[in-house]
Amino acid sequence: MNTENLIALLVAAPLLGAAVLLCGGRRLDRVGPWLGTLLAAVPFVIGLVLFTDMLGKGAEERSLHQHLFSWIPVEGFQADVAFQLDQLSMTFVLLISGVGTLIHLYSIGYMEHDERRRRFFGYLNLFLAAMLLLVLADNYLLLYVGWEGVGLASYLLIGFWQHKPSAATAAKKAFLVNRVGDMGLSIAIMLMFTTFGTFAFEPVLGAAEETSEGKLTAIGLMLLLAACGKSAQVPLQSWLGDAMEGPTPVSALIHAATMVTAGVYLIVRSGVIFNGAPDAQLAVTVVGAVTLLFGAIVGCAKDDIKKALAGSTMSQIGYMILAAGLGPIGYVFAIMHLVTHGFFKAGLFLGAGSVMHGMNDEVDMRKYGGLRKYMPVTFVTFGLGYLAIIGFPGLSGFFSKDKIIEAAFAKGGTEGWILGSVALLGAAITAYYMTRVMIMTFFGEKRWEPDAQGNAPHPHESPKSMTIPMILLAVGSVFAGGFFSIGDRFMHWLEPVTHHDHGDSPLSAATVTGATMVVLVIGVSMAWVQYGRRPVPSVAPRGSLVTRAARRDLLQDDFNHVVLVRGGEHLTRSLVYVDHTLVDGVVNGTAASVGGLSGRLRKLQNGYARSYAVSMFGGAAVLIVATLLMRAV
Amino acid sequence: MNPVNYLYLAALLFAIGATGVLIRRNAIVVFMCIELMLNACNLAFVAFSRLHGNLDGQIIAFFTMVVAAAEVVVGLAIIVSLFRSRHSASVDDASLMKL
Repeated sequence: MNTENLIALLVAAPLLGAAVLLCGGRRLDRVGPWLGTLLAAVPFVIGLVLFTDMLGKGAEERSLHQHLFSWIPVEGFQADVAFQLDQLSMTFVLLISGVGTLIHLYSIGYMEHDERRRRFFGYLNLFLAAMLLLVLADNYLLLYVGWEGVGLASYLLIGFWQHKPSAATAAKKAFLVNRVGDMGLSIAIMLMFTTFGTFAFEPVLGAAEETSEGKLTAIGLMLLLAACGKSAQVPLQSWLGDAMEGPTPVSALIHAATMVTAGVYLIVRSGVIFNGAPDAQLAVTVVGAVTLLFGAIVGCAKDDIKKALAGSTMSQIGYMILAAGLGPIGYVFAIMHLVTHGFFKAGLFLGAGSVMHGMNDEVDMRKYGGLRKYMPVTFVTFGLGYLAIIGFPGLSGFFSKDKIIEAAFAKGGTEGWILGSVALLGAAITAYYMTRVMIMTFFGEKRWEPDAQGNAPHPHESPKSMTIPMILLAVGSVFAGGFFSIGDRFMHWLEPVTHHDHGDSPLSAATVTGATMVVLVIGVSMAWVQYGRRPVPSVAPRGSLVTRAARRDLLQDDFNHVVLVRGGEHLTRSLVYVDHTLVDGVVNGTAASVGGLSGRLRKLQNGYARSYAVSMFGGAAVLIVATLLMRAV
Repeated sequence: MNPVNYLYLAALLFAIGATGVLIRRNAIVVFMCIELMLNACNLAFVAFSRLHGNLDGQIIAFFTMVVAAAEVVVGLAIIVSLFRSRHSASVDDASLMKL
């Protein structure tokens, strides 16, 4: 059998699911969730088939190609719907469809009581189709289709509970901020077309090495802007925290494991372009380093469990972007951290959802406390995810995050020292805020109270359909990193696509690991001193200036408001002023002078036959005199 | 024969007619002045006809007379009906079309 013909099915199955579920009407309400889950599992199964097939081939022959049809065949402009499945895409396909299937399964339980769940599963399938299209496309234009598709699905799912004004606003915010990044991608594609005459991966990336650095830098910076929008990196990070208004499975799938990592995919896929543009690479590392601290600090201050996790997502993607900016030293580790992060962050979000499910949808961690007795499965799976993310030795995060820190030092020079220290500092803060989340939720005294209607929460373990995905993701969080690292398996797997360079580290791997362990212990013990030894107040204390700023997302919205909203208002106001005075002045002035002139001309038409006769005689006399004069000349 | 005198006379008649059209208000008088201008033209045509020794000018003079006669028929009818409706033959009174 020709395996490359299966690639289109990866996208087609969830797309079919979306079409059937969204157009099918009410009679599908009962089977909808199961149908959606089944069609999400199809790409995973096909992905496994293709994966085993790929493993049977030599490293250089693994890339598969399927040309489906010519999309826009015009003279000098050829856009195809064609797929490319290489090791990088394969990794994403398995992650997206695997985690996607688990989260579909989880949603069956989580969305059980929601009337519009058929639509929810339709949107989830739409998201899977778009995301798979994004990673399977063999050219930037088709990637852009997927890129916009995931943006649409994200918008629809954040605003899924559209009756809540906060959710509707958050959806709009995410959409608008993403548009800014999308402009970057479209400009990058246009630049590619003018520079290379095509936008398919192979010719563009093949020709990139012989192109001038200036052009590559321009394309690289535009791609970085796109990645910032989609992956919630500074300065386009403000939408991710609000996106937590969506249902929790959405936060787990889209805003933690898959869609927000699309920016990392874009940068790694375009690695050759960045390799030729050191300035763009520097910008990428700076964005990554700033965001990893930014997200971590925000994560420390949030009392909303999902928002704390959102801050953590931002920070972890900052690590990936940082690694991707390091060039061939970091590409492999960026993707490796992406995969392990996909496991443990999705698991943590599902755990948070499970806690909310048992606590009447309460999200304030100050109202949790002592839940480990009531939700043992959630506690254990969440705890394993927690150990993985802080980089506890032997768990996934330990392998992937350590490698990124090592790679940052290996960048060399002052740059390497700065980036390495930032990454190390980020690891300490990660340990701090994750321990805080863990302690506030599962340890200490219970702090929940009846709400305004007198309904006291009765914390209970979630149903099987929710706990099974959590357990499977916890297994991934524990073993994935180690599995990938034995014999540098993951590195050899991705090397043919991304290439790898060991760099020149001033510190030995053991030193870095030791330093990571030290900051890990510092972070955990600081959180324990603050939240474990003392009872947690159920109302947030006022806090220092920094805490208050961090609670307000480090004033990102205030900044956007002052600079963009107010600035925009001033701009429009001055434009309106110019319009009223200058443009309207010219138009109205012209109209007034024409009107005045015609008012005067009108007086000639006075109705008296004799005055018409005068003008006739006068005109005739002028004509005669003129004729005579012309003769004379 | 010297045509200059005839032409002077024609110009004089034309000027008298034109002045009458411009300054008189009575429609009948204006009408008569128009006839005067037409006949001044006729005189000039005939004089030139004689000067050049062919009949073209005389034929045009006949045409002018025919047109003038037709104009008198229509014009007098208008003046009479105007007088009937407005009890005045002044051309300045017939200015209803002005804005």
